[in-house]
Amino acid sequence: MNTAIKINQVSKRYRIGGLHPGYMTFREMLGGLVTAPFRKLKSGNGSQTLWALSDINLEIGQGELVGIIGHNGAGKSTLLKILSRVTKPTTGEVELFGRIGSLLEVGTGFHPDLTGRENIFLSGAILGMRRKEIERKFDEIVAFSELEKFIETSVKWYSSGMYVRLAFSVAAHLEPEILMMDEVLAVGDAAFQHKCLDKMNAIRQQGRTILFVSHDMAAITRLCRRVVLLENGVVSFDGEAREVVKRYLSSSLKTGALKEWTNQHDAPGDQVARLRRVRVRTSDGVTTAVVDIRQPFGIEIAYDVLAEGHALVPVVEFYNEEGTELFSTHDTSSNWRRQPRPPGTYTSTVQIPGNLLAEGSLVGHVSIMSHFPATVLHAQERNAVAFQVVDGPAGDSARGDYIGPMPGVIRPLLQWTTETNELSPKSNVQSPTSAGNS
Amino acid sequence: MDLQTSKAPSPKLPHTALDRVVPHSESDWNDAAAPAAERHALIKSEAAGVQLNLGELWHYRELLYFLTLRDIKVRYKQTLMGVAWVIIQPLLTVLIFTLVFNRFVRLETGSLPYPLFALSGLLLWLFFANAVTNSTHSLVSNANLITKVYFPRMFIPAASVGAGLVDLSVAFLLLVALCFYYGVALTLQILLLPIFVLMMALLALGVGLFAAAVTVKYRDLRHALPFIIQLWMFASPVIYPTSVVPQKWKWLVTINPVAGIIEGFRAAITGQHFDWIHIFISLVITLAVLASAIYVFRRFEDTFADVV
Repeated sequence: MNTAIKINQVSKRYRIGGLHPGYMTFREMLGGLVTAPFRKLKSGNGSQTLWALSDINLEIGQGELVGIIGHNGAGKSTLLKILSRVTKPTTGEVELFGRIGSLLEVGTGFHPDLTGRENIFLSGAILGMRRKEIERKFDEIVAFSELEKFIETSVKWYSSGMYVRLAFSVAAHLEPEILMMDEVLAVGDAAFQHKCLDKMNAIRQQGRTILFVSHDMAAITRLCRRVVLLENGVVSFDGEAREVVKRYLSSSLKTGALKEWTNQHDAPGDQVARLRRVRVRTSDGVTTAVVDIRQPFGIEIAYDVLAEGHALVPVVEFYNEEGTELFSTHDTSSNWRRQPRPPGTYTSTVQIPGNLLAEGSLVGHVSIMSHFPATVLHAQERNAVAFQVVDGPAGDSARGDYIGPMPGVIRPLLQWTTETNELSPKSNVQSPTSAGNS
Repeated sequence: MDLQTSKAPSPKLPHTALDRVVPHSESDWNDAAAPAAERHALIKSEAAGVQLNLGELWHYRELLYFLTLRDIKVRYKQTLMGVAWVIIQPLLTVLIFTLVFNRFVRLETGSLPYPLFALSGLLLWLFFANAVTNSTHSLVSNANLITKVYFPRMFIPAASVGAGLVDLSVAFLLLVALCFYYGVALTLQILLLPIFVLMMALLALGVGLFAAAVTVKYRDLRHALPFIIQLWMFASPVIYPTSVVPQKWKWLVTINPVAGIIEGFRAAITGQHFDWIHIFISLVITLAVLASAIYVFRRFEDTFADVV
């Protein structure tokens, strides 16, 4: 595989701190001239500096679609800025093989007072297109934006949706060999995000190289085979998408895949039952924060029963990121149904089948109830566990070969049947007969 | 049956965008016109020092055109009188100076009527002053571009100068009209006029590049600039002739490139004789200013995105 991007020991230092927030005033500079010879002796290096990136080494092959993830301030944007030549590395160097296009924002170079037509040319030129190239693609760009009627109108009169559409149309026709995208997917409505993803897929299918920075773990795992995790300016993990996302989530989710109460007194519950441990586990019994959409997994609840005579029912409720409750499940297994559970330590696990949940971040609320003589809530822990359901590019999940965002809170893999009357090869007449007529 | 299904057109999922995005041909990508620089780029660190990289400026030349066009268009959008301001501004300025220096002070300007004398100086001066002012502010007001996409940053101040040139050529019509009014016959010397306009543009670019680069980091220059510009105007023979300058200050006029350029410009219009030595000194100083400004600009350029 040929190399598209080669990053060699790249570091980037920013000066920060109270007196020198980026720019200074003349007075400070003049004062600085006097004290400069002494300052080096005094402070050395580093007291007012921040290493946004330190010693980054990466090699990205042509045609690779690589995701870059990390917490805010981990250096993702700095890395993209260096690669797109907006800023220079403090040390190290980068080699790029191919025409570069970077989309660090939507509508780069747009001026509100100019018309749509004028902005297409201006923005196109700023993004690196030749004038002839823009002229040739002009009609296509306008058609793609669906703004034919408004192309002679100043863009400041555009709605935000129209603005984004025009801006993206220009960017979509940039046709770089190496594309860098920074969270552009975060803006715009679903339809726009869709166009972005389609565009990325088209570029990928043509064997172009894409670097994609995002906080959207679902999009990252869906699109990328390789993901780079940046932490505090260093590459902390570089590898298979799901593995890296798993690492990232385990360090970032406030609620993890496992919650434990070592001390019974602190554990949620009453004098009847107390929770001791809740975890998300694979069918092999391994605790995991990342669940393959195709695989079954379990929520395991360990709890202490402290009093006699209660027919306890463990309950798990699932919520997605928007706070929508997907469903709740109660322990209805026949051997314990309506049976009092004697004091002791219990572990109950509910199996969630594969191909049921949609991808995304989910949290589980866990409770223990009893229904006789009346419904009593003995123990409850909201946001007990959190995990990520991820899809991959393999094509055997419910999404098939489609890579865009799929709406819906569940994602069952359902059986489809198609019947047809095969047309005879010599007949060109299309006769749309339904299966029932044959 | 299965085969038939898979042969059917791709499902009616909103995939239509895909077809339109796909490039027409491979030639779009392997654009023969694209120089090798576009295919392979080596990003060096700040420590690697200043690279003038003039070839890159040539490669991006169309962008200069679009940025200049933008500056011109934006300036007169949503104005009542639009481009008329290009005429009105020098006209009013000349009226004021004529009133003060011709009616009140009675300044001696030789064979030239004062309004014509003043306008020939003011046109070029206003071009210089506006170009320097606009380019000084240009980088900071285009911060959103500088932090988001790469292109030679030099083009932002350069576009301000370019837009000023267009204004100047429109305002020049006013000067021609005034020449006719006073019956001043244009001579063949007018053919040398572009030389002085070009010199002034290069000087404005030099000063503008320097001031723009410095302003990114030290914002105070924006506040100091109006005074510097005003002082510079009074130190140059824009509204008064060099003849009124006391002998002991003459050296100041000699080393002030604006003086030599404006006098050359004036001579080209009115057919008076050229002071070639003074013009040559101005040219040398202009080129020196421009060269050092380009160097300083390149030096500061690497950190623009970080500090703007």
